Amino acid sequence: MTSSAAVEVTGLRVSRGKRLVLRDVSCTILRGSVTGLLGPSGCGKTTLMRSVVGVQIVESGEVTVLGAPAGSPGLRNRIGYATQNPAVYADLSVAENIRYFCAVLGAPRSEVPRVIDEVGLGGHESQLVSSLSGGELSRTSLAVALLGKPELLVLDEPTVGLDPLLRDELWTLFRELADRGVTLLVSSHVMDEAARCERLLLMRDGALLADDTPAALLSRTGAGDLEQAFLWLVRAREAA
Amino acid sequence: MNTSVLLATTARILTQFRHDRRTVALMVLMPSLLLVLLRFVFNSDQAFSRAAPALLAVFPFAIMFIVTSITTLRERTTGTLERLMTMPMGKLDLLFGYALAFGIVALVQVLVAVGISLTWLGLEIGGSVWLLVAIAGLDALLGTALGLFASAFARTEFQAVQFMPLFVMPQVLLCGLFAPREAMTPVLEWLSNVMPLSYAVDALTAVTTSSDITGELVRNLAVVAACGLLALVLGAVTLRRRTP
Repeated sequence: MTSSAAVEVTGLRVSRGKRLVLRDVSCTILRGSVTGLLGPSGCGKTTLMRSVVGVQIVESGEVTVLGAPAGSPGLRNRIGYATQNPAVYADLSVAENIRYFCAVLGAPRSEVPRVIDEVGLGGHESQLVSSLSGGELSRTSLAVALLGKPELLVLDEPTVGLDPLLRDELWTLFRELADRGVTLLVSSHVMDEAARCERLLLMRDGALLADDTPAALLSRTGAGDLEQAFLWLVRAREAA
Repeated sequence: MNTSVLLATTARILTQFRHDRRTVALMVLMPSLLLVLLRFVFNSDQAFSRAAPALLAVFPFAIMFIVTSITTLRERTTGTLERLMTMPMGKLDLLFGYALAFGIVALVQVLVAVGISLTWLGLEIGGSVWLLVAIAGLDALLGTALGLFASAFARTEFQAVQFMPLFVMPQVLLCGLFAPREAMTPVLEWLSNVMPLSYAVDALTAVTTSSDITGELVRNLAVVAACGLLALVLGAVTLRRRTP
């Protein structure tokens, strides 16, 4: 494994129930980059992310994260993970939620106002999570993932339901984090977000269609935008 | 074990209760209301004094079982459990954090129930009041521990509620409340001997009838405590960091 790889996945196969969800997936995620994981709903994005975080039972294959096998105890305060369904306590306030997870991570208390500020939830600190809007809810969950300055952030659809301005702010935050050396794996099913990633993993039906930069994808497929490039790749795969 | 994570978990659960006053009121008052009801059903101090000790064990046990199993299940279904399992959170830190939080609530519950029984309802006890509170509290903790364990086998809240008749009712039927345990057929007596609630009821009956602290009483308490601890450890074993 090279030192520039934050995540290395080789020959990953995962079944959930009787369904083969990931079939022989291999990819590398570079340190300090923003990698977009794109594909239609149900293509295996979440399962791949769960495997990287180490909460997914895998059938075969290897996942190495920050130099250790995924799920190793030593990784538990080096990875920030935000699931698609916001995993926070609905019957606690925003600040109470974040303070609790901060204590579990053993991070300093000063992190609490910092992450609340980073996700733009200032002013909502004492609001109960059950009374937040969908976008505020997912940002609370995102704030928890940012606690403790993780080296790797795995974010499952963090921008769903956000207004364009907020979405733009979050992508700027992701960019800043990557510039500080944090590695980000961000899933989305919106193609216009893909352009903001350094590298793209395009998935369909449990397999990787492409692992490349947005510019290289465009030139390889000769498509005008990434949506077209994705379609081109799907058709090429089906023709083969 | 990491004490600060454990205590943070306890504080978090108590804060959740603070935001849900109705649940707290139900938990604290329910055993007392049931005992008041029972007192007027019997309409006699003597009959009530015979049944009350066993019910001081049964009511908190049953209520803590159901409250704990639902709360833990909610933690599973909302994904917060999975999130905690990706963090440096020990399984025992989480379960003991839960046990401590619910133990505090259970103690308040038992104090109110014992207080009302002794003053208003005319319960007369031969032994120490504090020992009575301690045993009933330990018993509520046993309910909490079993609830934590049982919730591992429930996928939905509907299933979790069904575990109440499965885990709790047989223990209530066989604990000596309805018929003396010695008078049961051998199979039932044997079953009642392996159920922890029987030992809690025996201990409470002993405390209400006499002030002696016998070897049997100590043994009964040890059995209840050991079963609670065992359920917590089994709960930790059934907690998985990786799921399908």
